[in-house]
Amino acid sequence: MHFGLSETQQSIKNSAKEFFGAECPIAEVRRLAETEHAMEPKLWKKIAEQGWTGIIFPEAHDGMGLGYVEMAVAFEEMGRALVPGPLLSTLVAGSVLEHAASEDQKKKYLSAICRGEAKGTLALLERSASWNPADVKLTAANHTLTGEKLFVPDAAADFLLVAASDGIHLVPSNAAGVRIMKTPGIDLTRRLYAVTFDNVPAEPVATGARATAALEAALDIAALATAAEMVGGMQRLLDLTVEYAKTRKQFGKPIGTFQAVQHQCADMLFYLEGARAAVYYAACLLSENDPGARAAISVAKAYASDTFRLCGNSAIQVHGGMGFTWENDAHLFYRRAKASETAFGDATFHRERLAKILLD
Amino acid sequence: MDLNLTASEKQFRDELAAWLKANVPADWEQRRLRDSMHQRFEFLRAWQKKVFEAGWAGVSWPKEYGGRGATLMEQVIFTQEMAKAGAPPLANVLGLSLIGPTIIHYGTDAQKKRFLANILSADEIWCQGFSEPNAGSDLAGLRTEARLEGDHYIVNGQKIWNSYGWAAHWCALVTRSDPNSQKHKGLTYLLVDMKSPGVEVRPLRQMTGESEFTELFFRDVKVPAENVLGTPGDGWNVALGTLAHERATLGVAMQIVMRRQLDRVIELSRTLGKSADAIARQKIAQSYIENEIVRLTHLRAISKIIQTGSPGPEGSLLKLEWSESNQRFQAMVQEILGPYGQLTEGSDLAIDNGAFTYSYLRSRGNTIEAGTSEVQRNIISQHVLGLPRSY
Repeated sequence: MHFGLSETQQSIKNSAKEFFGAECPIAEVRRLAETEHAMEPKLWKKIAEQGWTGIIFPEAHDGMGLGYVEMAVAFEEMGRALVPGPLLSTLVAGSVLEHAASEDQKKKYLSAICRGEAKGTLALLERSASWNPADVKLTAANHTLTGEKLFVPDAAADFLLVAASDGIHLVPSNAAGVRIMKTPGIDLTRRLYAVTFDNVPAEPVATGARATAALEAALDIAALATAAEMVGGMQRLLDLTVEYAKTRKQFGKPIGTFQAVQHQCADMLFYLEGARAAVYYAACLLSENDPGARAAISVAKAYASDTFRLCGNSAIQVHGGMGFTWENDAHLFYRRAKASETAFGDATFHRERLAKILLD
Repeated sequence: MDLNLTASEKQFRDELAAWLKANVPADWEQRRLRDSMHQRFEFLRAWQKKVFEAGWAGVSWPKEYGGRGATLMEQVIFTQEMAKAGAPPLANVLGLSLIGPTIIHYGTDAQKKRFLANILSADEIWCQGFSEPNAGSDLAGLRTEARLEGDHYIVNGQKIWNSYGWAAHWCALVTRSDPNSQKHKGLTYLLVDMKSPGVEVRPLRQMTGESEFTELFFRDVKVPAENVLGTPGDGWNVALGTLAHERATLGVAMQIVMRRQLDRVIELSRTLGKSADAIARQKIAQSYIENEIVRLTHLRAISKIIQTGSPGPEGSLLKLEWSESNQRFQAMVQEILGPYGQLTEGSDLAIDNGAFTYSYLRSRGNTIEAGTSEVQRNIISQHVLGLPRSY
């Protein structure tokens, strides 16, 4: 048994760290966050050229065909760099396509995602704000959509995969009758939208059990990738905080000399290592198609949801007044922590999912 | 990343599991709750003897000293299988996991010959004399004096928190042999016969009502100079070696014990009508999550030790992990059990003869024993994160 990264996995992690570290230094993240889509075509092209948009998708569709552990370590590094924009939402859209779409559709849409020529997003949530696909009310009678979707990440993508009660449908975001409205959110680096559909013809992707299974699979991948990003975010917060505690002086010594500060830093490491172990484990089970993967993903997402927030709290507290300023980077991660906590099910949602497995 | 056992690890596991299946005493679960501590201890000694005769005692010890020469992963499997089978623990736990390995590392041939076999067979039980009333977290402040007079030391002083002090034949004692020395210098590690004149053992009753610990008093106790382990004056390093040994596997057993208790609490939540309660469901799921975090951080740390060869200061994270999660877990259990949670052995209505009440009380010691949570956080801050020393 070896519960550590293989050489290949480590090298994927290293190249992600190098690439995103170079392309997305925090000043660049701040600049992109001010742009319309928190991403620019030039950077997206580079990201796609490196293969990151197609990391887990089959080589037959121009993806890299890597496993979920490789995905997890890559997203960990994206989270560390606080990479802005629609990478995560595009991964989710690609996962829906991979599990639901026909070969022709995959050729058309999934390959475009992998090549960086198109972006997609999953439109799932409605007024109920429930992450459970069974709660979806929107219908697609005669393959025509009328209604609304909320909390749609990066809906300014090229196409939307719309979860309806009678299946998954694909709609180009510029189709007539589609209205996309910004709903500004706490995470400055990602966009959320409300989308309304007024008699919009939609291309069916999957129905019935196939659609349900595809959504479940994609949401598991989404929760795992999000938890992996959160681990990276925690690592960055810890690094920033320890660095500050070593240099900031009060009472004639670095504040990191004081146990009240030290112990907050120690707890951040404690949370980080727990979340990282849970993410790697879940990724490994998912790669092996292990029946325990779903529970392991819930463990990872629930734990990361609680602990990223706690790390954000401590990071700002240790930075003191500076931590409360706009210039300091801590709040960028603190904001991401909150958005990621809710995304694809918060800790309460995943604990209930575990409770069903344990108790029912 | 490969979470599957290798063929040889599997073979080790299957062989052990088969032996345990045939040999774990059926009445242990009842005895554990019913017997007095001393009755239980004699039972555990007999059990260790049986384990020893079958060749499973001291799995981590090199073969030449009567052990099995198991890899660290096999030691983890041993701990897991013992816990899974509900096997009784081995009586001579300090001898097997701490003192024996230290004798193997620092001992003379004569010392190895004299002590090791009897540790494995539980013929001689060991305790540790490290902490003192005024040297707890600051162990280097210890003052128990060892004065060399010819071919022996004269020992005077007091030790405290000695697990198994009441059962021990021998004590691994850290003393100050140079009265002018400070802190980590001038300490000597002695192997002391508990029958020596001048050794007094007093039980120390803890909040659970049991007396797992003792206080030890040494008044002009003569210890032959040949019973120094390692070099005189180098006792700090010898003692540190002891503390570092097998720390990583400590939490592995605790995690499985907690998991077994969690499974039982899940059962009880149904009979108590709590399994459909939204808040109870959240709390039980959170306990499961934390239990998984304990398991996975240990597995990951153990893989790292296998790769790099040394336990390192990360052991402090593991100590925090199991001790603090057990406390949160026991508090959660009490909430699920409600008024039943408070009933102790002796009450007909007590659940599992008050086992959870005992665990709730006992868990309070987890963040103090084997290095307090505060000390662990200091170690993490200074030795993992590189923050300046605070004291």
